[in-house]
Amino acid sequence: MKARITITLKPGVLDPQGKAIAGALHALGFGQVGDVRQGKFIELDVTESDPKKAEAEIKRMCEQLLANTIIENYAYELEAA
Amino acid sequence: MKASVVVFPGSNCDRDAAVALEAAMGRPPAMVWHGDAELPKSDLIVLPGGFSYGDYLRSGAMAAHSPVMREVIKRAQAGTPVLGICNGFQVLTEAGLLPGVLMRNATLKFICKDVHLRVERTDTAFTRHYAKREVVRFPIAHKDGSYFADEATLDRLEGEGQVAFRYCETDGRITAAANPNGSRRNIAGVYNETRTVLGLMPHPERLADAALGGTDGIKMFLSLVETLN
Repeated sequence: MKARITITLKPGVLDPQGKAIAGALHALGFGQVGDVRQGKFIELDVTESDPKKAEAEIKRMCEQLLANTIIENYAYELEAA
Repeated sequence: MKASVVVFPGSNCDRDAAVALEAAMGRPPAMVWHGDAELPKSDLIVLPGGFSYGDYLRSGAMAAHSPVMREVIKRAQAGTPVLGICNGFQVLTEAGLLPGVLMRNATLKFICKDVHLRVERTDTAFTRHYAKREVVRFPIAHKDGSYFADEATLDRLEGEGQVAFRYCETDGRITAAANPNGSRRNIAGVYNETRTVLGLMPHPERLADAALGGTDGIKMFLSLVETLN
């Protein structure tokens, strides 16, 4: 199965990179841009074909390594390969 | 006293740490490669500065799961003192041995300069050679050094006396101007609950010899030697 994992900063955690991106977009003339938050996108394949088991594994991966849950939230989508 | 310095791929302050340790201990520490599952018997474990694993994913995240860290975590939990400097601090937070996390500097810039720090307590194995509330000068060299923890955690750290160092003015005042990277409450270093694990972003080992321009850092290593010998 294929997993698409999105990692985002929790609300309230300062994101200086997002702020810099917003500033650059404003400088390019995109004046309508408000708050910008930068995150990570990870796509990975798992050999597990049982969606329930695959989901449990993805969750463990996020908790143990892919996200730092002190500052980040994660979400995922699973798709049959 | 026996010390071990863990070397990760991308560590670049491991030899600086070894030189400072040897100056204080009178003998060199063991250099332990990150892939080793075995760690020699050690009275002190040092995780040095650098850019382990190229800072992939998050600074310190990959190193925190390297084979040797399983043993470091076990020893730390059993009470062996662990000192994490710069990248070593990031590794300790990612490994769950210290609270909080080091985020991108508020300025988004890599900052390389000397800063002043206030020693928050002098009754620990790491700081007994410092005077109470002494202001010391250590260099910083990092891009991900902004200490973050939620308010409840910060309150708990202050209440339990786990704040080790704060960025300050030369006279010890804690001001926003003295905070180089946006760290919450000017925190530059923290202890674990038993104060046997210390992580800090500034580099004591880089000002541990008069030839390097300062000796404020050597007192940390002398403190450890006096405590652990």
